[in-house]
This record gives sequence, C-alpha cells and structure tokens, in this order.
Amino acid sequence: MSLKSSTRSVEGITVLDLSGRITLGEGSVVLRDTIREILGKGEKKILLNLGDVTYIDSSGIGELVSAFTAVRKEGGDLKLLNLTKKVHDLLQITKLYTVFDVKDDETAAISSYAK
Amino acid sequence: MVTMANRVAYTLDSTLDSVNKVEQTAEQLAVKVGFSEDDLHKITMSVREAAVNAVLHGNAYDPSKKIMVAYESSPNTLAITITDEGKGLSEDEVPDPLAEENLLKTSGRGIFLIKSFMDEVRIRDLHPGTEITLVKHVHSSETDAKEQ
Repeated sequence: MSLKSSTRSVEGITVLDLSGRITLGEGSVVLRDTIREILGKGEKKILLNLGDVTYIDSSGIGELVSAFTAVRKEGGDLKLLNLTKKVHDLLQITKLYTVFDVKDDETAAISSYAK
Repeated sequence: MVTMANRVAYTLDSTLDSVNKVEQTAEQLAVKVGFSEDDLHKITMSVREAAVNAVLHGNAYDPSKKIMVAYESSPNTLAITITDEGKGLSEDEVPDPLAEENLLKTSGRGIFLIKSFMDEVRIRDLHPGTEITLVKHVHSSETDAKEQ
C-alpha cells in the first residue's frame, strides 16, 4: 500500500493526514513533495497526522527528519500527531522522540502552536 | 529459485521491486514459523533495511549486479542472508545514528535498526560485496502459545 496524503486547515494550522507506508521510493517522495508544496504556499505551521501510517522504514524516518528541518529552516514548526505504537517505538529507539514535538490529541496539538 | 526442505534462495535484480519481494517472502515465512505480531514487524523491517542496503548502497541499482537472498527456517528460528555485489561495507565506517551530531541526519539508521530488532546479525565484507545474515528466534512464551 502506497502513501496517501490530504491536507486541511484548522485554525491556521495545516494538518497533513497521511495513510499507508512511508518507505524508500514512492512513499518518501509523496511526503517530500507534499511538504515542499505546503511550504511553497507560505504555510509554515504543519501538523503531521500519522494515525493511519502503518509502516515507516529508515528512509521514511529520514524523510520525517528532512521535513522537520525544512520547516524549521523556514521559521516554521512541524509537529507529529497520533503515532501508532510501531512508529512511536521507532522514534524512541532512534532517539527522535525527543527531537519531534509529538501530540496525541488534535485539539491540544492545534492549540499548542504559537499564535 | 532453489528450494530445499527448509531453505529457499533467490537471485534478484537490484530494484525496489526486489526489496518488496524480499520483505514479503520474509513475512510469509515468519508467519509460518509462528512469530508474534511485534516480531513480524521487526523481522520484515530488518529484512527490508538489509535489502535496501544491498540494492541501493551495495549494488547502487546497477542492472548488471544481482542480490542473492536465502531464507532458512526451522520450527523456532528464521535466518535470512542477503548478499550483494557492491564495493563492500565496513561496520566500523557506519556512524552512530544516536550520536548528538547525527540525530538530524536523514540516513544511516538501517544497520542500527537491524541490530536493534534481530537476535543475531552477522556482516561479512566479501571484497567485493557484502553478506549480511539476520537471525530471529521465537521466544519461549510464543512457542508455548503456539503449542496450546
């Protein structure tokens, strides 16, 4: 199953809903292109909803890191929402859980962005 | 394809399709051996990482180079060996992905994840080529559950 993405705006925050696999090849490219497109529109507060992401490999982890640094470079903020246990565990063992701002409630996540 | 009682081996092109095939076959065999859901994920992810290393970093998608994959299963163990024809890999040259200065790097976590998830990992530099063997054992609690 490849990666599917859709975006919506909630109180000025761009929520990117992802579903499927973020792996080397198509999945990573979809994420990279979508983040680039969002930043291109000048939207810099991004919430990545990973609730329906079933699988991430090391390339996918690299793509998350790349998205995080790209958004930060533009003066924005990228946070993660609704990690599955698998993705949560992956971020834990790679020590990235402390790098990303991880949320498990969308309303609270939206409120947490600087106004 | 060569098939023996509990051994299956393939020679595959250096493509992403091969990576997916290697991963899918590992999953099918791991299910037959009786691994837990959690271990299935660890095995398939490790095998995928090893296959990606072989295709991407080893053979660099070179159509003239192949990857060889062998699966050996027993009632409680699955071993997967992946060999490429690339320039070889020295474990000493793989940076620590947990080092502060490497945390935000976009690559370099594959071998670390494999070692975190599998029970045994052996890497041989074949000069040229790299052979990596991944071994996972069914833990006793899973074996008990399977027998009930």
